[in-house]
Amino acid sequence: MKRQRASQLTSFLVVLPSLLLVGIFVYGFIGRTVLTSLSDWGRDPTQALALSPVTRFVGLDNYRQLFTGIIDGRFRQDLVSTVFFTVFFLAGCLGVGLLLAILIDHKPRGEAVFRSVYLFPFALSFVVTGTIWRWLLQPSGGLNQLPPLVGLPAGEFTWLTSRQQIWRFDWNAMPVALAVFGGLAMALLAVVDLRGHRREPRRRRRGLVAAAASVALLAWAAVWGRGWAPLPFGELHGFNLAFIGIVVASVWQMAGYTMALYLAGLSGIPEELREAATVEGASGWQLYSRVILPLLAPITLSAMIVLGHISLKIFDLVFAMAGPDNAYTDVPALLMYITTFRGNQFAKGAAIGTILLVLVALIVVPYLRSQLRREVDR
Amino acid sequence: MTRRTAWFMAAALVAALGATTARAEEKLEIFSWWAGDEGPALQALLDRYAAQNPTIKVVNSTVTGGSGVNARAVLKTRMLGGDPPDSFQVHAGQELIGTWVVANRMEDLSGLFRSEGWLKQFPPGLIALLSAKGGIWSVPVNIHRSNVMWYVPANLQKWGVQPPKTWDEFIATCAVLQGKGLKAPLAVGENWTVNHLWESVALGVLGPEGWSGLWTGKVRMDHPKVVKVWETFGKVLDCTNADASGLSWQQATDRMLKGDAAFNIMGDWAAGYMSTTLKLVPGEGFGWAPAPGTGGTFMMLSDSFGLPKGVKHHDAAVKWLKLLGSREGQDIFNPLKGSIAARLDSDLGKYNAYLVSAAKDWKTNTVVGSLAHGAVAPEAFASQFGTVMEIYLGSKNPQAAASAARAIADQVGLGK
Repeated sequence: MKRQRASQLTSFLVVLPSLLLVGIFVYGFIGRTVLTSLSDWGRDPTQALALSPVTRFVGLDNYRQLFTGIIDGRFRQDLVSTVFFTVFFLAGCLGVGLLLAILIDHKPRGEAVFRSVYLFPFALSFVVTGTIWRWLLQPSGGLNQLPPLVGLPAGEFTWLTSRQQIWRFDWNAMPVALAVFGGLAMALLAVVDLRGHRREPRRRRRGLVAAAASVALLAWAAVWGRGWAPLPFGELHGFNLAFIGIVVASVWQMAGYTMALYLAGLSGIPEELREAATVEGASGWQLYSRVILPLLAPITLSAMIVLGHISLKIFDLVFAMAGPDNAYTDVPALLMYITTFRGNQFAKGAAIGTILLVLVALIVVPYLRSQLRREVDR
Repeated sequence: MTRRTAWFMAAALVAALGATTARAEEKLEIFSWWAGDEGPALQALLDRYAAQNPTIKVVNSTVTGGSGVNARAVLKTRMLGGDPPDSFQVHAGQELIGTWVVANRMEDLSGLFRSEGWLKQFPPGLIALLSAKGGIWSVPVNIHRSNVMWYVPANLQKWGVQPPKTWDEFIATCAVLQGKGLKAPLAVGENWTVNHLWESVALGVLGPEGWSGLWTGKVRMDHPKVVKVWETFGKVLDCTNADASGLSWQQATDRMLKGDAAFNIMGDWAAGYMSTTLKLVPGEGFGWAPAPGTGGTFMMLSDSFGLPKGVKHHDAAVKWLKLLGSREGQDIFNPLKGSIAARLDSDLGKYNAYLVSAAKDWKTNTVVGSLAHGAVAPEAFASQFGTVMEIYLGSKNPQAAASAARAIADQVGLGK
């Protein structure tokens, strides 16, 4: 007994320094940032950089301004840009990574060489990747000069300096769109729970709650939402074509990582399964879509989590590729830096940071919870 | 290692440490963003300071990045942490006043200005820009001019046009040149150079009193005259190159020199680029005129050094400021930097042809401050002016841009 308690104490003491450091430097600072975002530090220039700034508590006013204030259209465009970038980045990395993994899984000659070559970009830092691709994507050089090598006219796309925007929509339509989307998602959840698991009380409860939420959201969207406009005039947001360059550079860097994950997963699929499927008459395409890809689903999920949180917080790649002053490739992390250190708006910068934290937490926390629950079940 | 060896090593280490601290020399830590091309000019000043004060060790904490974009972020973290450098470089005017003076972090230098006789050596317009709340807050080292239009005299002769004197004349000249096959008579580069162009257009349309009124709150940002500035700006932009956002300012100037464009509006650091780097002769290889509509007005920006409160080496810092404001210091620094001295009594024999002409204008013209380079607007406004420009470039709507500028000016409390 004594030995067990002594060893428990020792293990606690060994972990204690890390706990303290993480507690102060991560969670303490997060708490400080959230508190700062609820103040007005930075609005009054006489207090912003004073030796001991005097600030007032303003509650959620900074957030209100970010989402519905006319001056902060840049933040709203950044959010939209991040969503588009995340979608394309994930699709690109997963698609290219899976393709490379399947190709290498066929064990061609020089497999180790190919594997290393595809994995090398992952070893670079985002700043190096950004600088290289910035040179390559210069409108008057680099990539645009490739077609002439095969006799075609030089490329004319302006890559990172492009001002074009496609798929535009009005921010005022967002509340209704979000409510409809949320309502449909809740309806789907309700249908799944109530149809399939009517016997289990917990899932039935969840299904009923989801059904109620769905009805409420859709009713709000239909009746009240349409009359409410968060902004006094329309504000168009969309996908900036300048992001294509950034997607290319980031997929180039991270596809190797996804490929490595999928290679590990593919090598974990027993040969008997593949043989059994082939014996049963599965064609090549069916072998992949019915057997292998579903078995790779856990890897896909964890890759999506890691890549998703990288893309939501992306800063150094965009800073190196397009600089902090290119409004068409702006991302929230960059805007947070500019707002805080150039504009001296410390509270608003803290609010942007907190919103980023919430976005990333929305992805990571459910995943961690499900992983932990799985561990506990085991 | 035996115990005795360890003892000896420890004793030697302590003695060495003691020796370094026992010297107790005074230090001066200055904070700047001059590196690369501008490094030699600052080094010449530091050498002079070292010659004057052999016992003071100078530490030059440089953070590279044009126009101080990165240096400012580092400076803010240091100042917020209560560790100010002994003197830091800052654009003279509201970039200093609107951020640091209103937060009560700087020492008033009026006493120094009086004792060194600087109140008579700097133009009154400059002193006005350096002053706020009854004090003077930084020592200007150099002066650059923002509202300059560059051209190649031989090319203009070939096309049969003269440098236009007003923006309406400019738009007419632009039409003539486009008729002669020049698609983009005005060369412009990335974001900040567009802001730079805007302030010349605004000065040309509003005049010096109107321009100054924008920053004291007398002229509102959405006044009909200011909306007219945006309208004129739109017509001027129609004369510029479509691929502007991919060009650096030097590349835009190169377009003008090559003959792909007729004019380029850039500050007079372009003269340094053209005469020193490209080895062109001022007056022959390139010519200059005040930007259209701004003849007789000198839109200035200035690098200056201030004295924060609570610095560790106050006397060394004051000696540094005295050197910076002296005739000797300014004439050591400015010929190497490619700018003119802020003092009116500098020795013009040391400067090239363009700088001599600029110095003459400095003595006689009305002095106003630049927006794009931190003289007239505090950082809170200047950092959001990019948003206003993006709103204009995206919508081409002068009223929307003016309203956005007004909203930001109100939020920031401009002119109060």
